Amino acid sequence: MSAPTIDIATFKELQDSTGADFVVELLDAYFEELPQMLAELRTAHNSGALEPFRRAAHSIKSNSYTFGALTLGGMARELELGEIPKDAAALDALEAEYARVVAALKELTHG
Amino acid sequence: MADANFRLLVADDNKVNRLLMTRSLELLGYRVATAENGRIALEMLRNESFDLLLLDMAMPEMDGFQVLEQLCADLRLRDLPVIVTSALEGLDNVVRCIELGADDYLHKPVNPVLLKARVGSSLEKKRLRDQTKELVKRFATTEVAQDLQQSGFALGGRHVQGTVMFADIRGFTTIAESQPPDETIELLNTYYMLMFDAISGQGGVVNQMIGDGLMAIFGAPLPLADPPLAAVKAAQEMIELIDLLNAERSSQGKAPIAIGIGIATGQMIAGYAGTQARATYTCIGDAVNQAARLEAHTKVVQLPILIDGATHAALGVFPGTTPLGPVQFKGKSVFVDVFSVDTK
Repeated sequence: MSAPTIDIATFKELQDSTGADFVVELLDAYFEELPQMLAELRTAHNSGALEPFRRAAHSIKSNSYTFGALTLGGMARELELGEIPKDAAALDALEAEYARVVAALKELTHG
Repeated sequence: MADANFRLLVADDNKVNRLLMTRSLELLGYRVATAENGRIALEMLRNESFDLLLLDMAMPEMDGFQVLEQLCADLRLRDLPVIVTSALEGLDNVVRCIELGADDYLHKPVNPVLLKARVGSSLEKKRLRDQTKELVKRFATTEVAQDLQQSGFALGGRHVQGTVMFADIRGFTTIAESQPPDETIELLNTYYMLMFDAISGQGGVVNQMIGDGLMAIFGAPLPLADPPLAAVKAAQEMIELIDLLNAERSSQGKAPIAIGIGIATGQMIAGYAGTQARATYTCIGDAVNQAARLEAHTKVVQLPILIDGATHAALGVFPGTTPLGPVQFKGKSVFVDVFSVDTK
């Protein structure tokens, strides 16, 4: 993957247009919601329910793009537009990328 | 800053999206409320007043497509501007939203500059639409305005069973000649205001005003449960209101006024007549002539409310009517049963 974990330009633009303090607040909601969406994705994957699977992937994509998490968003997008994968490799990769996103975003807001 | 009088509703199940959209719109100066799914959004739209809906598509309970369908079917909400904000991909989704009546489609993440432009333009369109509606309302009744909105304007009529009322002020020319013109106009305005209240309060529609006379229709363009009863009740109320007006006039040393009302029921053709450029909602039929003649006959018998046999028969058990026997009106070969309605 050549896309960065966080696209700095997108993130700065978000801060500029809505305010840095607000972005911190928005990130709290993201950190609170995203693990739930990842869990929903897992559940849907295990039960083979396509609609919930796509909806969860859709939400992860949409929210991640908002902060410039392009890699994570792109991975989620592939899941949203595809069928349910046979093994969980893509989900493991998604969760690992989310961990990197959290670290990067925390650094950006505390830096 | 945008006009803070505009109130916007954001419907999105996703918290991050909801917070971000609310923030962006508030920064533009709008007042914002939020709903977590389509069902809640519809409930809020039906109970409160909003100028614009920003609608997400993928939502639990009721998704955006269903909301758009419901809005289309709702007479009061069908004109509400909707901007769809979604991360759904594929042109077919965009097309479907527009076909279902959405004004615009913004792809998520929403660009703030684009958001500002689209929201501004949607609200401007709504303002113009509201203005037109206000204008139509001023020159037509609410019912006619609604009918126009619903079925569009088309010259031509349809058969309806309804009740027609004619009313006018007795000896109005004499009154008008004995006082300054502005006082006459003021009296007319008060009179019309009172008569409109009584008639529309019973579901009737005043469709013509000529000098001191008016014509009202009960049962068209919108159907009424019991047009004859509604017309008679309205007539009684009109007399009561004139009594109140007279009490006020006598305290000002002014002469009382009297009105006569004629009511007839039957099949008629109702519709817009005129030209494409200038038309009026009207009714044509025997009942219309009958009502006009009954109204004229009130002068002869010196009773304020007269109704025809069909109206009387439709009233069923109605206290306070007196049969006056058959009357032959000028230019008519048949006799008409005439009844007088007592005033309260």
